[in-house]
Amino acid sequence: MTDMSLSGRAAIVGLGATEFSKNSGRTELRLAMESTLAALADAGIDPSEVEGFSSYTMDKVPEYEIARLLGCKNVKFFSTVPHGGGAACAPIVHAAMAVATGVAKTVVVYRAMNERSWYRFGTGTYGFGSTPIFENVNYGWYMPYGFHTPAAWVGMFARRYMHAYGATSEDFGRVSVAVRDFAATNPAAFFYGKPITLEEHQASKWIAEPLRLLDCCQESDGAVAMVITSAERARDLKQKPVIIKAGSQGITEGQQSMTSFYRDDITGLPEMGVVAKELYAQSGLGPDAMQTAVIYDHFTPFVLPQLEEFGFCKRGEAKDFIRAGEHARGGKLPINTHGGQLGEAYIHGMNGVAEAVRQVRGTAANQVADVENVLVTAGTGVPTSGLILGVA
Amino acid sequence: MAEQEWMSEVRAKVGREYGRVYAWDEVNAPMIRQWCEVMRVDNPLYLDADYAATTEFGGIVAPPAMLQAWCLEGLHMNNYAPGSTDENPYEVLKTMEAHGFPSVVAVNSDLHFDRYVKLGEKLYYTTRLDAVGEEKTTALGTGYFVTLIMSFFSQKPAGDAGDDERVGQLLFRVFKFRPANVPKPVEKSAAPAVPKFKRPKPGVSDDTRFFWEGVDAGKLMIQRCTCCSTLRHPPAPVCIKCHSFDWDTVEASGKGSLYSFVVMHYPEVPPFEHPNPIGLIELDEGVRLVAGLVGVKRDEIRIGQRVQVEFQSFDDGELTLPMFRPVAA
Repeated sequence: MTDMSLSGRAAIVGLGATEFSKNSGRTELRLAMESTLAALADAGIDPSEVEGFSSYTMDKVPEYEIARLLGCKNVKFFSTVPHGGGAACAPIVHAAMAVATGVAKTVVVYRAMNERSWYRFGTGTYGFGSTPIFENVNYGWYMPYGFHTPAAWVGMFARRYMHAYGATSEDFGRVSVAVRDFAATNPAAFFYGKPITLEEHQASKWIAEPLRLLDCCQESDGAVAMVITSAERARDLKQKPVIIKAGSQGITEGQQSMTSFYRDDITGLPEMGVVAKELYAQSGLGPDAMQTAVIYDHFTPFVLPQLEEFGFCKRGEAKDFIRAGEHARGGKLPINTHGGQLGEAYIHGMNGVAEAVRQVRGTAANQVADVENVLVTAGTGVPTSGLILGVA
Repeated sequence: MAEQEWMSEVRAKVGREYGRVYAWDEVNAPMIRQWCEVMRVDNPLYLDADYAATTEFGGIVAPPAMLQAWCLEGLHMNNYAPGSTDENPYEVLKTMEAHGFPSVVAVNSDLHFDRYVKLGEKLYYTTRLDAVGEEKTTALGTGYFVTLIMSFFSQKPAGDAGDDERVGQLLFRVFKFRPANVPKPVEKSAAPAVPKFKRPKPGVSDDTRFFWEGVDAGKLMIQRCTCCSTLRHPPAPVCIKCHSFDWDTVEASGKGSLYSFVVMHYPEVPPFEHPNPIGLIELDEGVRLVAGLVGVKRDEIRIGQRVQVEFQSFDDGELTLPMFRPVAA
């Protein structure tokens, strides 16, 4: 680690969230404000002190409106990160960089969406036009065939992964069953008190073979916000500091957004490999140093190669890890202890970062013992991001 | 044509009786008066107690056309009177919706009255799923006529012997359909056409135009770097290996093998047929492309299966797409 390293320079000091539902009954702006004010109150920081913002390009609440309503006077940093859930960890990475370089002392990150009640991501109708801008041309290889949903794009990778390594629909189901088990004991989860069995997973309808309904995350309304400031200042604030030990984004060879079908091998997630290598290098930690992890679970099949990219098991052996229940309650690496996006809510991964914060603080509904470090990953199949959060 | 499997689930429900939906209030004069006011009905049989007492009914009766009104949920949706069933007699429509028949139009609403109802009577109705027709194609589209029959009864006071008496019946028929790809209207004055669902057109750029022009000519073209001869798909303005901007194209054999595949079931988006099998094809020349699969059974598709391109025309020739069909190894 050099003096320039991001590791340990910034901390998450405030966390706020709304309830998670299928219909929030209020505007996204209101959700953003509720979660942001809750995060600032949690941190004990006055709203006027906020100097920076970061969110996702897909978030429809602009930072200037939040800044206006907070009464911010001195906002010097704002960024939005593209690629949907692939951004999940990136606003925290951006915030940490802004804090570490002194551009902004206090940064709010947020994701607020009425994704279920106002619009839905998986409808297959996106209105790509025929003008020659890149996205129209790129998705023009798929839309005319009706190959037009994230579940279907993931299915193409999943089928090849199954073929290469002998993973089965049941293995995907075991991911779903384990996170729903956690959701069942997390009162904030939409599926609180509603665990599922592997039989129920296997009986759920096909969405895009090889994906069944219960391989797909929920669609949700809700918001999560966090406050990031320097690790030094964090020591004097209300909450136990959650140190940002490493953060990175990732793109690598053959990268596309959901359609990287043209790589020599499509069974891995090499962009996540880039993130893994960087996170471990920044933090000086390895997979054995993680007591729990939040592994992005918009669709279960992509949980398996993520476990491999981060070295929790060897290439092609995630199915064995999962069959042994190592990812579940009581396993070697319990993942998505909040219930994941399959069980808690789909707030585009930001609720996963929130769970990592709670695990480090020791306040999670399904608290893992003696947590020192938590890995968090972002959306897969797209340019992505990741974080290692831990105790000071 | 053999019927879709899911229709047997619908057929199995034909003849089913759904439970009672009760009236919020007994038949009463204030509601009758308000209804008559709104409908501009001034028949004294419904409104004038003194006159009504002189008639064969011996008192005020409700206008027959009000029959349905007594058992409605009121201002708030699905807020039915206590004791009403929570079964949904329209459940088969939901099943049809889930299988690609999103639109609905009411085609019949026939009320039949057995007798007048008097003040103080308590009404309820039950619903029978009476019939689901064979698949039919009308000007609106292809779908099913679904007939529900609601029977209205007057509840006997507690202790009275015998069955509740039927007072009327409503036959309600809808057409649940997938909108047709209707031909262009002949003249402008014709009734507004049902929108025609077409396949989305690909965005085409200077870097990719050769591919779609090739497809229109029945040829599968691949881009080739003229500097290092690397083939590439999807096309790009520059070679990924040597960064040369110079390229030409070669015609592919159209033969390849299935590298991966997915079978799309949900959501069903018109105009696509579901299940919709999509392949990731590795051409013998070494590049991969995504295309629809034809002539496959969804449970018999295998990675490694040999496939051959064929060109299919859609939307009255507006769009040609390369599709792949299994061939013997």
